[in-house]
Amino acid sequence: MFDGPEPIYVQIATWIRAQVLAGELGEEEQVMSTTQFATTFRINPATAAKAFSGLVDEGVLYKRRGVGMFVAPGARQALLADHRKHYFEDVLAPVLQQADILGITTDEIVAYVLGAEGERTSDPHTKEES
Amino acid sequence: MTSTAPFGARLDDVVVQFGKNRRMLANGTVVKDEASTALDGATVTIRPGTITGVLGRNGAGKTTMLSLLAAFTRPTGGTVVVGPEGAEEDPWENSWITSGTQLVRESGDLINDDKVSTSLKYYADMRPDWSAETAERLLDVFEVDLRKKPSALSRGKRSAVGATIGLATRAPLTIFDEVYLGMDAPTRYAFYDELLADYAAHPRTILLSSHLVEEVERLFEDVMVIDGGRVLLAESADQMRARGFSLTGAKDAVGRLAEGRRVLHRQQLGATVQVTLEGALDDDELAAASAAGVEVGAVPVQDLFVRLTDPRGVPS
Repeated sequence: MFDGPEPIYVQIATWIRAQVLAGELGEEEQVMSTTQFATTFRINPATAAKAFSGLVDEGVLYKRRGVGMFVAPGARQALLADHRKHYFEDVLAPVLQQADILGITTDEIVAYVLGAEGERTSDPHTKEES
Repeated sequence: MTSTAPFGARLDDVVVQFGKNRRMLANGTVVKDEASTALDGATVTIRPGTITGVLGRNGAGKTTMLSLLAAFTRPTGGTVVVGPEGAEEDPWENSWITSGTQLVRESGDLINDDKVSTSLKYYADMRPDWSAETAERLLDVFEVDLRKKPSALSRGKRSAVGATIGLATRAPLTIFDEVYLGMDAPTRYAFYDELLADYAAHPRTILLSSHLVEEVERLFEDVMVIDGGRVLLAESADQMRARGFSLTGAKDAVGRLAEGRRVLHRQQLGATVQVTLEGALDDDELAAASAAGVEVGAVPVQDLFVRLTDPRGVPS
């Protein structure tokens, strides 16, 4: 857990955002405290606190004095909008560029997407996973 | 709660030399050996309230530096100050600082010919912030029999008593010098967990020296690397991790991306090359790496430490 190339606090923030996006952390749901987080994942509490305060600044989490951190109302919608905006540029563009290098035609990609889409819509569970 | 604010510390151009040795040769002449230099111009600042890792190879000067902070040793040259922010003083001259500084050495500093409980009582009397409750709980976690004499305990159990004393003291500056020696893996992880939990509940300054870098690097907020009696670097753990990255991929592609960078390590497996490089990639370079099918990875603090203190120098 958290052994990617980015600083650990960035990876923690990414992980929490992903949980909110996936609906595993619901709005108004309490997240682990800095201490719980630090002891659970055996990391420095200041590292965890840095991740949390970044998420508060972004509006993903908010602090209730003396109680703890909670997922902000509207956080999931905001994250969805943000991630959708970057999806084409950050995720799809490199994939298409790679396809271009490999000589895969647009028709092939479209056929694949339509095929996969057919499977995806026929099985709601698969759709949720992808 | 600890009654005193966490201590910071500052070393300025500190030199520590241990006395000249006279020895007699077989023919009867007496020769004087040069004093051995443990620290040779060490300069560093330890931020109050952090967990700082102290890394260094054997004989680098770690123990000497930690002993200076606890006033177990006096510098031959330079200055050492310890204390709450803005009120740091020479620990050698100020008993209020030494009473707020707990150095746990690998020997454990226990009263060997009496029960463990006697050693604990000694520390309880000496340390104003001592938590008897914490001590009792930890010894239970570590399964140490209080009625035994330390000399009858195994190496790992004696280390566990040392770890317990360090945590129960709740000193504004708590130093663990290779306290893990002899502990088995479950005990070490229990110690890390207890350290984090107690630190979170009772913020203080903790210094931890260890050779098991991989196990402890994520506990650190700051890291200091000592090499040859000097402080090679002292910065946040994030900054240290950002000192390098690794590239794995086809030889030519990796070579293009690595061009002009200092190579810390290079490994080749057939047509695939993995290099550890100094610095970081910017967004354009990251995009170029992913387009070329080159994988960008983090470098563990352990690897950076090994490369930075490698006496054979850095391969170019």
